[in-house]
Amino acid sequence: MTSTVTPTPVTSTPAPTTSTTIRTTKPKRRITLSLVLLFFAVLWMIPLFGLLVTSFRYRVDATSTGWWTVFGDFFGQDWTLQNFVDAFVNLDIGTNFFNSIAVAIPATVLPIMFAAFAAYAFTFMDFKGKEVFFATTIGLLVVPIQVALVPILQGYVNIQNALGIQIVGTFPAAWIVHSAFALPLAIFILRNYMATLPVALIEAARVDGASHFMIFWRLIVPMSVPALASFAIFQFLWVWNDYLVAFIFIGNRDPVLQQALYSLLGQYGEGWQGVAAGSFITIIVPLIVFFALQRFFVRGLTAGSVK
Amino acid sequence: MQIVSALVSVVGGLTVSFLLYFALNALVGRFNTKWNARLLPYVFIGPVLVLIALFLLYPALRTIYLSFFNATGQRFVGFDNFTALFSSGDFITVLLNNLLWILIVPVSAVAVGLAVAIFSDRVGPVREKIFKSTIFLPMAISFVAAATIWRFVYTYNPPGQAQVGLLNAIWTGITRGDPVPWLTIDSGKLNSLLIMLVVIWMNAGFAMVLLSAAIKGVPEETIEASRIDGANERQAFFQVIVPQIWTTVVAVFITILITVMKIFDIVYAMTGGAYGTSVLGMEFINQLFNFGNPGKAAAVVTVLLIAVIPVIFYQVRSYRRQEALR
Repeated sequence: MTSTVTPTPVTSTPAPTTSTTIRTTKPKRRITLSLVLLFFAVLWMIPLFGLLVTSFRYRVDATSTGWWTVFGDFFGQDWTLQNFVDAFVNLDIGTNFFNSIAVAIPATVLPIMFAAFAAYAFTFMDFKGKEVFFATTIGLLVVPIQVALVPILQGYVNIQNALGIQIVGTFPAAWIVHSAFALPLAIFILRNYMATLPVALIEAARVDGASHFMIFWRLIVPMSVPALASFAIFQFLWVWNDYLVAFIFIGNRDPVLQQALYSLLGQYGEGWQGVAAGSFITIIVPLIVFFALQRFFVRGLTAGSVK
Repeated sequence: MQIVSALVSVVGGLTVSFLLYFALNALVGRFNTKWNARLLPYVFIGPVLVLIALFLLYPALRTIYLSFFNATGQRFVGFDNFTALFSSGDFITVLLNNLLWILIVPVSAVAVGLAVAIFSDRVGPVREKIFKSTIFLPMAISFVAAATIWRFVYTYNPPGQAQVGLLNAIWTGITRGDPVPWLTIDSGKLNSLLIMLVVIWMNAGFAMVLLSAAIKGVPEETIEASRIDGANERQAFFQVIVPQIWTTVVAVFITILITVMKIFDIVYAMTGGAYGTSVLGMEFINQLFNFGNPGKAAAVVTVLLIAVIPVIFYQVRSYRRQEALR
C-alpha cells in the first residue's frame, strides 16, 4: 500500500481567472459581515471563556464572585495555576493520556478503512441486495448505542467462556464497538462524496485493466482525502470525548481521560475551578487534531462535483 | 510499559484489519472473472456487514423482541409495555420534548452553521480562519465538559448571595428581580430550550465545517456566469449556490436530526431528565436502570426505531434518484 497520498487534483482546475475573484466582497459589506460573525463568535465563546477564567481562580473567589468581575481589577486578582497542577494529578495524565490515544487512533482509522471499502462498493459496483444493504445501514444510524451495550457485553463474555480469550477490559473491545457504531455515518458521508467523483475516470481505469482493489487504493482513496480527513476529525473527536463505551468495555484498569474527568465532575462541592481546569486539559488534543487536519477542508468535501 | 502495549495493540490491530481485506481480495482473485466480479463486492462490504449485523442489527432486533416481554424478560405480554407507556402522562411529555428537539435543534444548528460558512467565505482568509475556529471549538468538547460549562452559566445561588452564573447575573442585573433556578423551570419548556441551546452550540460547528466545504466546492464560474447575467448577490446565492450545496445541507440536517433523536448524555448531565426535560434516550436509561424494567426500556427504543422510518425512506429514495442519474 504505497500509494501516493497526494490529493491529485480531481479535475483539471480551470485556469485561475486573472481578475479579482468572486469571493472578495465590497469593503463595506465585509465589515457588516464581520460584525455579524463577531456577534456569533462572542456568543459562542463566552461560556467557554467564563470557565477558562474560573480555572485560574482560587476557590474562595470562584464561589463568591462572578468570573466577569475579574475585569474590574484584572491585575489585582489572586491568580493561581494550582487548579491545573491538581487536575494533572487527579486526571493521572501520565498514563490516562496514552490510554485515550490507544483507544482513539484505531477507533478512528479502522471504521474509515471499513467504511471506505463499503462506500466504494455502494458507489461503483453492482451487486445483489445493494439497496437493501444500504437502506439497512442508513436505518441503523439511529440505533442508540445504549441498546447495544448489554447484548455486546454478553457476546464478549460468551466468546471469553468459549475460547478463553479475554476481551472485556482490553482496548480492542472498545475499538470494535466504536468502529461498528461509526460505520453507518462513515458510509453515508463517504458514499455521498464518492458519488460526486467522475464515473468516467473509474470506467477508463477499468478499461485499462485495473482491478477494483487497485482503483480503490490508487484512485479513489487519494481522491477522497478531503472527505476521509473530515470524517477522521469527527470520529476522533467523538471517540476522544466518549465516556460510556470506554467505561463499560475497558473499565477502570486503563481509564481514558473522560473517565477521569467524569470523576472530577462528582466533586462540584469543591467549586467550579477544579473541573474547569480538567476540562481544558482534555480539550487540548482535539484542538491540535482539528488544526492539523483543517487544511483538508479548504478545497472541500465536494470538490469532485466539478464536472 | 503501558505506552508500549498500547502502541503494539494499535499497530497490530490496524495491520490485521488491512490484511483481512488483502487476503479476501487475493482469495476472490483466484476465481474466474465471472465469479470474481460477482464475489468482489461482498469482499468490499463483507466485513462491514458482519460488524453491522453483530453490533447494530442484532441488538436492535433483540430490543424489538424484548419490548413484547415483561420486566424479567420471561413472559410474553404483547403490546402491554406500549399501552403502559402511551397511557402515562410522563411519556407523552417525553414524546413532546423529543418532537420539540427535532423541530428546533437541527434547523437552528444548520442555520447558524450555514450563516457562518457563507459569511466567513467573504471576509478574507485571516478572519475566516478565526471565526470558523471559534464556532468549531465546542465540537472539540466532550459532553462532560460541555455540561460543566453550561451548568456554570445557568447556575443558581439563593437571592441575597452573589450570582456566579452568567445568566442569573444578567437576569438580576436587568430585572432587579430574584435569581431564577433556570433548569427547574419547565413552563413554556424553558429548561428544555436551555438544554437545546447547549446542543445547538455543540453542533453548529459540525454543520459549519461540512457546509463550508460544500460552498468552497461550488465552481466559481457558475457564480460568475450568474453575475454576468445580472444576478445580484442574493439571487446568486439562492439560485446558484444553494442548489449546488443542497445535498450537503440535507445530509448535515439528517445527521444532526438523528443525533438529536437519540440524545441522552447532555440531558443526563444537565438535569438527569428531571423537571420535565426527559427525552426518549433518557427514558430508556431510566426504565432500564432506575425502574429495572428492560421490557419497557426496549419498548422506548422501539418507539425511537419506528420514528426513524420516514428518514430511512427519504434516504433510500434519494439514493435511488442519485443512482438513476449516474
